[in-house]
Amino acid sequence: MFVDFFYHLRGYGLKVTITEWLSLMKALAIGYSRADLHVFYNLARCLMVKTEADFDNYDRAFASFFMGVENHFDISDELLEWLSKAELPRELTEEERAKLEALDLDELRERFKELLDEQKERHDGGNRWIGTGGMSPFGHGGEHPTGIRIGGSGGGRSAVQVATDRRFRNLRSDRILDTRQIGLALRRLRKLDKDEGPEELDIDETIDSSARNAGEIDLVFRPPKRNRIKLLLLIDVGGSMDPHTLLCERLFSAAHKANHFKKFEFKFFHNCVYENLYTDISRWKGEATSQILKRLDHTWSVCLVGDAWMSPYELTHTGGAIDYYHTNQVTGLDWLRKFRDRCPNSIWLNPEPRRIWNAPTIHLIRQVFPMFELTIDGLTEGIDVLRGIRPNRALAA
Amino acid sequence: MSFHSFTGTDTYLAAPELRDSVNVSAALEKPLLVRGEPGTGKTVLAEAIAENLVMELLTWNIKSTSKAQEGLYVYDTVQRLNDARFGDKDITDISQYIKYGPLGQSFLAEQRVVLLIDEIDKADMEFPNDLLHELDRMSFFVNETGRHHVAKFRPIVVITSNNEKELPDAFLRRCVFHYIAFPDKAEMENIIRVHHPDVEAELLQQVLLRFYWLRDLPEIRKKPSTSELIDWIAALRRGGVSTESIESGLPFLGVLMKRENDLEAVMAAHRRGRVN
Repeated sequence: MFVDFFYHLRGYGLKVTITEWLSLMKALAIGYSRADLHVFYNLARCLMVKTEADFDNYDRAFASFFMGVENHFDISDELLEWLSKAELPRELTEEERAKLEALDLDELRERFKELLDEQKERHDGGNRWIGTGGMSPFGHGGEHPTGIRIGGSGGGRSAVQVATDRRFRNLRSDRILDTRQIGLALRRLRKLDKDEGPEELDIDETIDSSARNAGEIDLVFRPPKRNRIKLLLLIDVGGSMDPHTLLCERLFSAAHKANHFKKFEFKFFHNCVYENLYTDISRWKGEATSQILKRLDHTWSVCLVGDAWMSPYELTHTGGAIDYYHTNQVTGLDWLRKFRDRCPNSIWLNPEPRRIWNAPTIHLIRQVFPMFELTIDGLTEGIDVLRGIRPNRALAA
Repeated sequence: MSFHSFTGTDTYLAAPELRDSVNVSAALEKPLLVRGEPGTGKTVLAEAIAENLVMELLTWNIKSTSKAQEGLYVYDTVQRLNDARFGDKDITDISQYIKYGPLGQSFLAEQRVVLLIDEIDKADMEFPNDLLHELDRMSFFVNETGRHHVAKFRPIVVITSNNEKELPDAFLRRCVFHYIAFPDKAEMENIIRVHHPDVEAELLQQVLLRFYWLRDLPEIRKKPSTSELIDWIAALRRGGVSTESIESGLPFLGVLMKRENDLEAVMAAHRRGRVN
């Protein structure tokens, strides 16, 4: 069924909506695909994928869907007619639509996995999408009345081949960030508030009011709006963080350049936070953590950056700090809790990919701070916590 | 079943994918959202469509202060107030104080036009949402005159974005999206031949080699774009620089790289390259 493609795309995390799907149907109905999978590839993409960051996902979805059938696949006019008339209205009743909206993403993913597995098992004689000798309208040697076999698109490379090239891999948004992208993400980190201070002239209101006043000038003032985000950035330097130096530098310089925060401070630490935090990367000049904590209150947001990868002693034991000559009286974990208690809108950004977050210390820290990947997506999610829009939900203990 | 077939022009070479996207958006009467690196010809695309399909082009350049309403119309109260004060004009006809913006004009036009909404992401975050209804229905209501204007000929709408801000989902759903990828070497060669038809093949090869080498340097913050490359070639030719000196040095680098840090990074990389 053609509508499978829609679910298939959604299964790959593309947020395709019914409206967009209908647009595609309309375009197909007026004969746009020119019976060519290549054209169809572009057509479906320009109507359903609205950011180049998703192009790679689309390519993968497209390739996996049409892989193997490309040579037997043809979007001829007959098929299009069949597609637009026979199957779609059924799929688009109000009820179906509601169902679609209600579907949980994970559930959806499960369903697709099942579907795919099933497809692998029953490759022949089925009535599903991919296969030979089956009832599906696509494929070859089948018995569906409109099933047609025509060779692949003439000349050049096939659409599936193009899709498997994954030319847009570098545009994915979950890849590593550059300074500008971080800067853009940080722009979202603002909470506008009416502020005290000198008032600004409200020109629109002044004109309206003057007009109402029969042309006598009537000046209207309003309090200015200011961002009231105060951000403290704590960055882990040295040791296991060395491979991530460039990335952290970029985050740092983007945050440093962002001049829209009410207040911005940064400090460095090694592996975990103890009595002192450092103002330079070589960790010579320090300031007592308790002093810093005194300055903070719930209006501050704290963003810690580190791989949270250390020996459990460094977190849970007094005297467990990594530096040999340093004997801490308070455990690292307790220091972290102090920050969290003082500033609830706090997060931990981890430059390591989520799939390798399996160190015991990572688990411990995630009970204190919600942890996000240091990618655009992770940063965007994390910023909602920093802004206090989303509650700080660390893993339950 | 007839499409307004956009095919590109003599000076604007459109890739087949781009041509399809333009034609789909024209056929479905949905705005075409074009995104891509600066200098990939997003703005010029609208001009090319207008030229190719022989239509008038209306341009709405978005600034950080732009409001959706301005695109439709502005009621010039101040002018009316002024006229009323000096009493030298009949001010009862309000419609003479309604000034139509580019969007409004494109709806009122007597034939199909191309409307370019340039750099939509410059405006406020809410700006695209304010345009949803008008772009969907291609009609608008003038409160002051009580008149409802419906587009007789739905314009071909091209919207460009530099990806500075994320656009709202509701807005994206209504658009046809096209991402203009940076041209590869072969495409770039064709583009250059349009601008410099008589460029020597050897020079062209050297320049392209250098150009893509530069763009691939990870240290570079602002990558040089097509228009800068075209300027560079113009500079090289006018300066009478030989092919060998492009090989050994990088003359007129300032045309390509506009930031001091980038310039230094390129020079450093170039020295490294020669040592190796």
